[in-house]
Amino acid sequence: MSNKVVNILVPIISIILGLIVGAIVMLVSGYDPVAGYIALWNGIFGDAYAVGETIRQISPYILAGLAVAFAFRTGLFNIGVEGQLMVGWFAAAYVGSTFELPMIIHLPLSLLAAAAAGALWGLIPGLLKATFRVHEVIVTIMMNYIALHTVNALIKAVSGGGYKTEKIHPTASLRSDFLSQLTDFSTLHYGIFVALAMVIVTWFILEKTKTGFELKSVGFNDHASQYAGMNVNKNIILSMVISGAFAGLGGAMEALGTFGNMTNRGGFTGIGFDGIAVALLGANSPLGVIFGASLFGSLKYGANNMPNAANIPLEIVSIVIALIIFFVASGYIIRVGLQRLAKKKEAK
Amino acid sequence: MEYVIEMLNISKQFGNFFANDDITLQLRQGEIHALLGENGAGKSTLMNVLFGLYQPEKGEIRVKGKKVNISNPNVANELGIGMVHQHFMLVENLTVTENIILGSEPTKMGTVNIKDAAKKVAEISKLYGLNVDPYAKIEDISVGMQQRVEILKTLYRGAEILIFDEPTASLTPQEIDELIAIMKKLIAEGKSIILITHKLQEIMDVSDRVTVIRKGKGIGTVITSETDPEELATLMVGRQVTFKTEKGPAYPKEEVLHVENLVVVDNRGIEKVKGLNLTIRSGEIVGLAGIDGNGQSELIEAITGLRKVKSGTISINGKDITGKKPRAITESGVGHIPQDRHKHGLVLDFSVGYNSALQEYYHMPYSKNGIMNYKVISAHAKEIIEEFDVRTQGEHELARALSGGNQQKLIIGREVKRDPDLLIAALPTRGLDVGAIEFIHKRLIEQRDKGKAVFLISFELDEVMNVSDRIAVIHDGQIIDTVTPSETSEQELGLLMAGHSREKFVTDEKNSVMKEGDDNVQ
Repeated sequence: MSNKVVNILVPIISIILGLIVGAIVMLVSGYDPVAGYIALWNGIFGDAYAVGETIRQISPYILAGLAVAFAFRTGLFNIGVEGQLMVGWFAAAYVGSTFELPMIIHLPLSLLAAAAAGALWGLIPGLLKATFRVHEVIVTIMMNYIALHTVNALIKAVSGGGYKTEKIHPTASLRSDFLSQLTDFSTLHYGIFVALAMVIVTWFILEKTKTGFELKSVGFNDHASQYAGMNVNKNIILSMVISGAFAGLGGAMEALGTFGNMTNRGGFTGIGFDGIAVALLGANSPLGVIFGASLFGSLKYGANNMPNAANIPLEIVSIVIALIIFFVASGYIIRVGLQRLAKKKEAK
Repeated sequence: MEYVIEMLNISKQFGNFFANDDITLQLRQGEIHALLGENGAGKSTLMNVLFGLYQPEKGEIRVKGKKVNISNPNVANELGIGMVHQHFMLVENLTVTENIILGSEPTKMGTVNIKDAAKKVAEISKLYGLNVDPYAKIEDISVGMQQRVEILKTLYRGAEILIFDEPTASLTPQEIDELIAIMKKLIAEGKSIILITHKLQEIMDVSDRVTVIRKGKGIGTVITSETDPEELATLMVGRQVTFKTEKGPAYPKEEVLHVENLVVVDNRGIEKVKGLNLTIRSGEIVGLAGIDGNGQSELIEAITGLRKVKSGTISINGKDITGKKPRAITESGVGHIPQDRHKHGLVLDFSVGYNSALQEYYHMPYSKNGIMNYKVISAHAKEIIEEFDVRTQGEHELARALSGGNQQKLIIGREVKRDPDLLIAALPTRGLDVGAIEFIHKRLIEQRDKGKAVFLISFELDEVMNVSDRIAVIHDGQIIDTVTPSETSEQELGLLMAGHSREKFVTDEKNSVMKEGDDNVQ
């Protein structure tokens, strides 16, 4: 079996296996898996509206996935995407609602504010790692909590004691009547193009630039990089800053596209944490992140239809979705299995 | 004569590539049987077949005359085959005993019975003269000691046949002597040994018979006492090899490296280089001879800017570079072949091409305005591959996939191509076969003849004697003497390295505190 065939077969078999095990769970719990999967399918691809909403859901996942993948390529594990995304969300909502500017300035400025806020949130763990060798996993986890409560406090402060920020001005909005009409008045917005542009930016930085060469080199072997005269600490900080900026932009998707403001949060959004899985599913490559984000985004959004259309409780739905993702993530097992099979055939 | 192991007509194929092609190896009871071949000749593949990691396509294996099917390493263990790996498989922060029992922990009422295990370890250690402390932590003991732990591990599991994979690659000369004694003791106790190596002297010293393989093919088996290193080298490489590196006289000119009263401390803050003075001129090779741990690493790291200088000065071509950043030093004309090529010399997960540009990627023509030019880098890599005979599938192959010798050629190509005024070569031939060693020595001499200064650091006395024009002997952080190879002997060098001065008086009172610095020599 050639490598190419294996590469295509692995994700397909993984998804099928996930669906089968998910079906067993539904059967055992007394629900109809066929109806369940039809509902899931319709939830994702059923009509133009569903497709629009699915794509809308994918955008922040792409950016969160890119953030994790980018740091990972430099040998850093950025668990703080969640926090970076939240401060980005707030920054975009604040700039979008506070200032009155022409769109050509306002929208880029709001996006930039989100990226800058995320970058700042990434800078702190980067600095601590570079100067005091504090492990970035610990710092980024803690920064998530700090972000959550800081953002809540800021929402309260800017809204004069309220629980949500003002709606952003249309000049800062990513909303698009055109895309909305195209998808039967879904909330699909231009954010997906921002996300895809960032995929290209990531690819460009990593594969084409001197900075990317250094970042990857430090990620693979910091000793050899230092020998070659690279500034390892600078690269660690830079990597966290760029990673944080992507995460911040992920927040901007929610602020400037989906919601138009930010509401006091009782807990994490989950997008940042799912970003870790998205990046790993995509093998930390920019293109792979699109695949991982599409899987996550469509399953997450499509699953919303399962309780309504097939009467399957949300809890079971969560398990089924988790199983599908689990099997995709276990692609390695399937790869090994396929290779064994091929070997046996050869032996005969 | 009884054979304990027979590997008959073994063939192992990877894709279209024959790693082993019809190789036969027969191990007699109680002999040390050397397996000789260049890097990449297929020695490790053959041993991995014996150890059950690979299944051969053709051929059969017999243990004590009985045909066996070694489907995995556990089967090999049960058959009494144990392997002492080149890269030790030890957990650094566990103790010797814990490492030995790892995977088959003896239990007593549900808890691991360390005490009994440690007792058994101590017994075996005593029987074979291994002198290992069962409770010592791996990270605290020397490399030679760690290797003994590996040997103990196989003995503890009842191995009768021991495979040693390049056992001397990372040992000091003294440790090598001790290892040879241990191997002889093992034989005296009835074990049989397969010794994988490409060091001819070792084979002459310890083995009874030698099986030679070349490019995957079995060349034959010879009796050690009936052969000599020249014949073995010819069998291994397939052509005549010169041992004595040929070179004309040196014509040293102006000073390139000048080190004055250099003091450098190690990570623990202990002075490792203690007021060292050294000068290297263009057109000469200066060898640095010394026992490992006498300040060599710290000296190189200080010269290349990787370690802070406590006091003293270092200058290149008359320009003071003390305390400068590595890149500034590189740019002032220093090339460096680092001691540890995996850790410092290469980014193993980068391609050969990327690695070829590791020192120069940041300037024209390799990159411009922050954008890399991978076309130029590929072309540059191809030049190095061609010129330095790096055997690789191409510049896109990962450096990890190259054999040690070819990785080293890549590094040397990269550094030499930059045309540095001073080339520092730290243990440049460690772990390489005679063919590659010959190649590297020629390149170093070529640099010298082009009027460059070459600084060669080596633990191998014959390398220092062969290649250098002058030999500086380092002991306890100081150059205690400088000798000319033609006017000295290995014995004299050995004495100097151990701290005895040629003149019968102690020139420096600092030598009297020598003992403190020696605490790491076990």
